[in-house]
Formats: sequence, structure tokens, C-alpha cells
Amino acid sequence: MRFLRWLIGLIILAAILIWIFTHPFGFLVRCLYILLLCSFLCLFRILGGPTPADRVVAVDILGILIVGFCAILCLATGRPWYLDIGIAWALQSFIGVLALSKYLEGRSFDE
Amino acid sequence: MNEIIGYIFIIVGVIFDFFGCLGLVRLPDLYNRLQASTKCVTLGTCGIMFGVFIITGWSPSGIKALLIILFLILTSPTAAHALARGAHKSGVKLWEKSVCDKYEEDTDTHR
Repeated sequence: MRFLRWLIGLIILAAILIWIFTHPFGFLVRCLYILLLCSFLCLFRILGGPTPADRVVAVDILGILIVGFCAILCLATGRPWYLDIGIAWALQSFIGVLALSKYLEGRSFDE
Repeated sequence: MNEIIGYIFIIVGVIFDFFGCLGLVRLPDLYNRLQASTKCVTLGTCGIMFGVFIITGWSPSGIKALLIILFLILTSPTAAHALARGAHKSGVKLWEKSVCDKYEEDTDTHR
């Protein structure tokens, strides 16, 4: 059963990667699709994480991925204000993860 | 020439992001996941940002990309450390094949 789940996941991942690399996309669009695939892997961990701490880790990683996504989007569209979104998102993600870790530790926020 | 070097940095960053998210899904334990995913994704996003900086040069976009690199390098290990400490204090178990737990021994001797 565990081997079957592993095999299904590998087949889906390989199919998506082959689809990305065989279609005639541009270079930056391929990078965007791979980052989107990484975001879906993070969503999988958010949905199925056994403990709350796993979900917090996945949310942290998702925030850092979105910062990189904004940077590639800035290059692909030529609009420089996507980097401002990246700065704001990095700040918010850091503060959110610190608050959630304090909550996991079982203390109040002002200690 | 600048564009080619920047694209190489972006490729390396995207590959590191992908392996970090793969580790987030595949590894057996919260602490293993935290270690793999935080290091890989931070290095990957910093690589993407450095590629954007090399492509755009010393323009406002490049300065913003450098600012995001500095910010991520400062904050992401801090968030991961706080998260691991909070998870350990909230009672998340280690993987059953883990060899040692120095933090637990340390807190035992202090009490």
C-alpha cells in the first residue's frame, strides 16, 4: 500500500514535469510552472500534515516560494512593482511564523 | 552576457526550490522536513534574487532584490529556529529511528 502511494505520486510528478518540459513555453514561464508545482507540494503537506507544526513549516516555505515567484514574475512581465510585493510578503511571512511558533510553545506574545 | 549568467543563477535557484519542496513532502519527521526545506528553499530563493539582480543591474529593481536577499538570510534561520524550539516544547515526537536528542538531555539536566 505504501509502495503504491509512492508510485502514484512519482507518476503524477513525472507527468507534470514532462508536460512542462515538452510544451513550447519560454524559459521564465517554465520556471514559473516549476514553482507552481512546488507550491502544490507545500499545499499537500498543509492538508495532510500530522501535527500543527508541520503545517506551520509548510506555510513558511510557501511564503518564501511566493517571494521567488514574484521575482520571476517581475522579469517575465517587466513590471518592477512585483518586487515590492515580494518584500512585503517576506516581512509578513516572518512575523506570522514567529507568532505561530510562540503559540506552539504555549506562551503569550509579550513574553 | 549578463542575462546568461542571471538565467544560470535562476535555474540553480529553481532546482534548489524543487528539491526543498520534495524533501518537505518525502522526509519522515518534522525536524528533518524543517532542516531540508528551510535550507534548500532559502538558498533557492536567494539564487533567484541574485539572478534578478545580475540581469537588472544597479537599478531600483536590483537594489530591491539585494534587499530581499539580505532580509531572507537574516530572518529565515531565525524563524526556523523558533519553530523547531516551539515544536519541541509542544511535544512533537522525533522519528523512531532518530539517534540522539541533545535538546531533551540538556533540559533534563537543568531541571
